[in-house]
Amino acid sequence: MKKILLGLAAAGLGTMLALGGAYAAEEAGHNAAEPTHFPIEKPAELDWTFAGPFGHYDKQQLQRGLKIYKEVCSACHSMSLVAFRSLEELGYTEAQVKAFAAEYEVPDAPNADGEIVNRKAIPADHFPSPYPNAQAAAAANGGAVPPDFSLIAKARAVERGFPLFVADIFTQYQEGGPDYIHALLTGFGQTPPEGMQIPEGTHYNPYFIAAKSLAMAQPLQDGQVTYDDGSPQTLDQYSKDISAFLMWAAEPHLEDRKKTGFRVMIFLIVFAGLVYIAKRRIWADVEH
Amino acid sequence: MSGGHSSYTPNTGIEKWIDARLPLPRLMYDSFVAYPVPRNLNYAYAFGGILAIMLVSQILTGVVLAMHYAVDTGLAFNSVEKIMRDVNSGWLLRYLHANGASMFFLAVYVHIFRGLYYGSYKAPRELLWILGVIILLLMMATAFMGYVLPWGQMSFWGATVITGFFTAFPIIGDPIQQLLLGGFAVDNPTLNRFFSLHYLLPFMIAGVVILHVWALHVTGQTNPTGIEVKSKTDTVAFTPYATVKDAFALCLFFILFAYFVFYLPNFMGHPDNYIQADSLKTPAHIVPEWYFLPFYAMLRAITFNIGPINSKLGGVLTMFGSIAVLFIVPWLDTSKVRSAVYRPWYKLFFWLFVANAIMLGWLGSRPAEGLYVIFSQLGTAYYFGFFIVLMPLLGLIETPRRLPNSITEAVLAKNKSGGQPVGVAAAPETKG
Repeated sequence: MKKILLGLAAAGLGTMLALGGAYAAEEAGHNAAEPTHFPIEKPAELDWTFAGPFGHYDKQQLQRGLKIYKEVCSACHSMSLVAFRSLEELGYTEAQVKAFAAEYEVPDAPNADGEIVNRKAIPADHFPSPYPNAQAAAAANGGAVPPDFSLIAKARAVERGFPLFVADIFTQYQEGGPDYIHALLTGFGQTPPEGMQIPEGTHYNPYFIAAKSLAMAQPLQDGQVTYDDGSPQTLDQYSKDISAFLMWAAEPHLEDRKKTGFRVMIFLIVFAGLVYIAKRRIWADVEH
Repeated sequence: MSGGHSSYTPNTGIEKWIDARLPLPRLMYDSFVAYPVPRNLNYAYAFGGILAIMLVSQILTGVVLAMHYAVDTGLAFNSVEKIMRDVNSGWLLRYLHANGASMFFLAVYVHIFRGLYYGSYKAPRELLWILGVIILLLMMATAFMGYVLPWGQMSFWGATVITGFFTAFPIIGDPIQQLLLGGFAVDNPTLNRFFSLHYLLPFMIAGVVILHVWALHVTGQTNPTGIEVKSKTDTVAFTPYATVKDAFALCLFFILFAYFVFYLPNFMGHPDNYIQADSLKTPAHIVPEWYFLPFYAMLRAITFNIGPINSKLGGVLTMFGSIAVLFIVPWLDTSKVRSAVYRPWYKLFFWLFVANAIMLGWLGSRPAEGLYVIFSQLGTAYYFGFFIVLMPLLGLIETPRRLPNSITEAVLAKNKSGGQPVGVAAAPETKG
């Protein structure tokens, strides 16, 4: 009987080991011309100022990112959850934000005649959307609605897989979104593998999360946006800056969160130490 | 609440006055101060207290979140984002609540595994165990409905898939699903009733927790040796001994909780839930929250028909059965020995069961294809085999190790040898 039981146990352990093989086999099951798992290429992990326990936003970088959003992305992509007033967090003064908002127009409340006319935006307004509705956005973009940018940096992340997702707990890796956006923006212009069919009107990008190609053409090129702080005007720098900006747009309280977290951790560790000392004292007279 | 006589003595006039009319202070004193607990409890026994605190924490953060949340499919998603962006410390409240659910389940799973390891479900604690399983069921319902409220893509599609399970039942299936949804598809009526129930169920959990604690205080706690308390030397008073030990464990648990809230707040969530629900766009992979993954894997493991039962119904029955089997665990275990410490074979299969549960969880996150399905089927077979075959069988054929005569004897023997403690040989507290 013992042998049967031991056999059962061994079979269980064997199964666990075989599982590793199964995983490798499934993940390796790729066909270069007709891949079934996306993205085809995993994004590179970049260094972000907002990574890690003491992460903070680089305000200069966010300002550059805002410039890119305003001059390039906002032609198609809305960012409707972000209010102009929150741009003060990027280092702008109240007057600057007011002036920035005034460059936009938003529909006013109905006037005395019941007509809706546009007025200049104020800091309390949110970024206006480039299209009146999703149908109009789709019609103007070959059927694909350009996604809203308010949360895109948290709404996109390439699956990490085992064992990376376990390691991420210790390295505090939470930058899958910005890494993905940077990889996507710099991943255009490559030649698809031989035999791959790219649907009409789409653009091959091995970093795209949902398919082998997407409706958006390469949006950023070297030298397209003029920086006035001397930063390199390259596609790579643009991609980093817009990714950082979108991370801020998605998680505006990140710095506050990490700063609060540090204080909470210090308190909890000290408090746990004191409780442990108390516990040692109380239990000293009892064998347990 | 304990069956024994009370040692509470009111000293002041007002205490005597209250005690003669509503002896609530007496009840509290007897339950949480004088209540005797075994002196050899390890940190695996701290999770009951941790769970009570987590329930309170979830209710407190949840009540405040509900003040800012809008229950309407057109408003829900943006109202959650308003909490994240504009409500004072709203981001903290929401991350505490969302990660709190994960921590709640982490703690409840450790708590259940501890019960299985030390045989806490055995006579006379069957009702205590069954009440615990009812709490687990209520927790699952609450967590599922809570995940729908932010009205993201996973909220919507998770609700669609899970309510769809009920259509597997012949005749009654469709009416049940329509009752749950308030219509023929997930929509505004679904969101409204889920919010209502999500607010209600935690208070039902609190009610069952009171029964759970009451039952515990009647039978007394188990302990790592599995031997019942025999004399006064076997126990210490709940306060200060258990209180301070539980408080220390709670501090460590809060450090883990805070680590996720402040540094990895979206680690447990799915990126797709930051996309507003869209009934026309199905996500590539619909996955539930991590704490449901083992059950999801078992649901999808049934890919074949069994006689008149088609694979869909078979999967749903398997998933419900995986919880239902827990109700009869007290009667499946035939062993006269309570604790796995003295049961070498049970101990081995127990740890395999833990590994199997983790494996099933991982498989639940994979697409249901190829080898993953075969491993899910093996894992499901072991899950049920552990309860239905191994538990009754091992009790009959296993030769347990020699049991100490009392808790005190076990403690003294352990401290004298100075080596590996008898009662905590497998150190399950390292899991937490």
